Amino acid sequence: MTANFFQARGPSKKKTGKEKESIINPSLQPWVEKYRPETIDDVSSQEHIVSVLQKTLSSTNLPHMLFYGPPGTGKTSTILALARQLFGPDNFRTRVLELNASDERGISIVREKVKNFARQTPRAETVASDGKKYPCPPYKIIILDEADSMTQDAQAALRRIMENYARITRFCLVCNYVTRIIEPLASRCSKFRFKPLDSSSARQRLGNIAAAEQVPVNQAVISTLISTSSGDLRRAITYLQSAARLSGATEPPTPIFPQDIQEIAGVFAQTVGVDVPPTQSGDEDIDMADVTPLTVKADLRGFDLIRETVKLLIREGYSASQILIQLHDIIVEHPTLTGRQKSACALTMAEADKALCDGADDELWILEVALRVHKVSHPE
Amino acid sequence: MLWVDDYRPRTLNELHYHVRLSQRLKSLAGSGDFPHLLFYGPSGAGKKTRIAATLNELFGGGVEKLKIDQRVFITPSRKKLDVNVVQSNYHIELTPSEVGNYDRIVIQEILKEIAQTQQVDVSAKHRFKVVVINEADSLSRDAQAALRRTMEKYMTNLRIILCANSTSRLIAPIKSRCLLIRVAAPSHEEMLTVLNHVAKRAGAGLLPQDMADEIITDANGNMRKAILVFEAMKMQSPDLSSSPPIVKPDWETYCYKVGDMIIQEQTPQRVMEVRAKLYELLSHCIPPTIILKTVADRVVQKVDESLKADIMHWAAIYENRMRLGNKKIYHLEAWVVKVMSLYKQFFLGIELGDLDDFI
Repeated sequence: MTANFFQARGPSKKKTGKEKESIINPSLQPWVEKYRPETIDDVSSQEHIVSVLQKTLSSTNLPHMLFYGPPGTGKTSTILALARQLFGPDNFRTRVLELNASDERGISIVREKVKNFARQTPRAETVASDGKKYPCPPYKIIILDEADSMTQDAQAALRRIMENYARITRFCLVCNYVTRIIEPLASRCSKFRFKPLDSSSARQRLGNIAAAEQVPVNQAVISTLISTSSGDLRRAITYLQSAARLSGATEPPTPIFPQDIQEIAGVFAQTVGVDVPPTQSGDEDIDMADVTPLTVKADLRGFDLIRETVKLLIREGYSASQILIQLHDIIVEHPTLTGRQKSACALTMAEADKALCDGADDELWILEVALRVHKVSHPE
Repeated sequence: MLWVDDYRPRTLNELHYHVRLSQRLKSLAGSGDFPHLLFYGPSGAGKKTRIAATLNELFGGGVEKLKIDQRVFITPSRKKLDVNVVQSNYHIELTPSEVGNYDRIVIQEILKEIAQTQQVDVSAKHRFKVVVINEADSLSRDAQAALRRTMEKYMTNLRIILCANSTSRLIAPIKSRCLLIRVAAPSHEEMLTVLNHVAKRAGAGLLPQDMADEIITDANGNMRKAILVFEAMKMQSPDLSSSPPIVKPDWETYCYKVGDMIIQEQTPQRVMEVRAKLYELLSHCIPPTIILKTVADRVVQKVDESLKADIMHWAAIYENRMRLGNKKIYHLEAWVVKVMSLYKQFFLGIELGDLDDFI
């Protein structure tokens, strides 16, 4: 019974203990779950945080914590690994409460569920079934994942709870934007900033996973994965898994090429860009049209040229935010534009980004950006 | 039944274009570990068709036995929400953005419900159910946040297929959990094949080349529109020989008229007339963004090169404000006035400049 139970919990440690789960076939699991770090030592590229947490592990004293940083840097993985190392698999379900944005987290839940859990005295330590010793300190942990999507009121309600039950309960807030956490809460926690993964550790990690899954990948593919995911390891792993699925499903399995990754990521293929066919890499095309001195005829029809290109681009279905990102990269590294011109471009791009976030029309704003960039790079 | 529905491909093999994409979907459906998917692309490119075909590939013909249900959800503040849900034994399809700001509750309830019930049909090919979420790009932030963890947590019982026009409005954590599938609009040749295929199936005889070209140019990558126009033309002249001119939708001609009015005269009276026309369009449920874009298209065709960029600039600005604001007509009108003043200034500016030169 115990062995069976343990097996079921093994691969998905994410349960708060509420729902019992059927045994998951590990081959059907997303790799992001499958390769979540088991211990905090396995967490990639966050040496500073790991060393601090190691100390708390040995002294079994833990402050309230606030983890923040961009997506896919290991925040949730770290706290889950830490909790598991502290309590072991058996105590885990009684000692840890995990709440995330998919649970109702209004003020009423904070008042009831969180408070009730917080005020319980931790139960006696059960003997670990796997024979290992766990520190199992005399407090519980409440993990509030995606805490930046909690309302201000709910956060305010937490303030006193955190102090009142500090003796028997520790809170761990996990969020992307530390600015959305109200100041009184932030000041009660010790803050840990998770930085985007540097490419060498991401490379190593992806290499390990690929080896474990027996997916043949070369260095070029891994580089593409890293550049398209910009420091988000989860995204890189998801892309890798998707690529592996696609390549493995055909008979015989086709090797993975960097182009496949780009297609999965929704990025324009960079290689096709330079010889300016108006489709495919239209975004370089706009830039080329703007920056290189074109033939007189094309220059006369500047507006129409740009508009047609934008139309084609939208027809291809690329998302506006992706176009912006790539256009931005090109402009920032552009050899001939002056600093002033680049800043003007950045200004419009910032405006467009805001507009897109507000839900404005893709085509109009990409056109707007393209026209502005054109104007800036063509001073009369 | 309309041709669009009648001759819609049902399986991945029947799809006419994006062959590579179909192969991929097929291999995904066969592989056992099916990921969450996010389909995106312009309208009329065939996203829904591909989703339906993928479901068919996953579960077999059973997914076509659909029933339409009206589900009631109750918010914490005791407000009742009615949501139309299309479901089969294997999947459930819904448009949470119907209920506006309350979409989070719908997402939470539906997903929890599906996630906690297991597939009862023992003969089913897969143990999971699929939730298809339409118009995913108009989900509120809260609803998207509610999706995040659920997507990982209930992977055993649940797969999500999102369908969106653009990925710009989706938060990054959602995008990083899905396999993105871009459905581009079909090219000219691809549309031609499909039209010919439809013509053959419908027994409409051979489609004349010039007519096909005309339809395709008019549709601008929207396959659905192309087939609808084709059917309308077939109605008008059953033998397809005389090739009647493509009927533009009324609203489009109306929008062009508005554009022309703006160019002809720039006076307060004209603004009032334009306003009346805009109201007319809005009251016929033409989306304001489409109105703005069509009118702007018409205007830029007729003005001087140097004005074009400015007109599009203001169109973008006012379109954005329209989304944020409440009353659409204000912003449409503001744009009209802006364009008029730009136009007038432009002409006066030139005349004054000329005069200066003279003196």
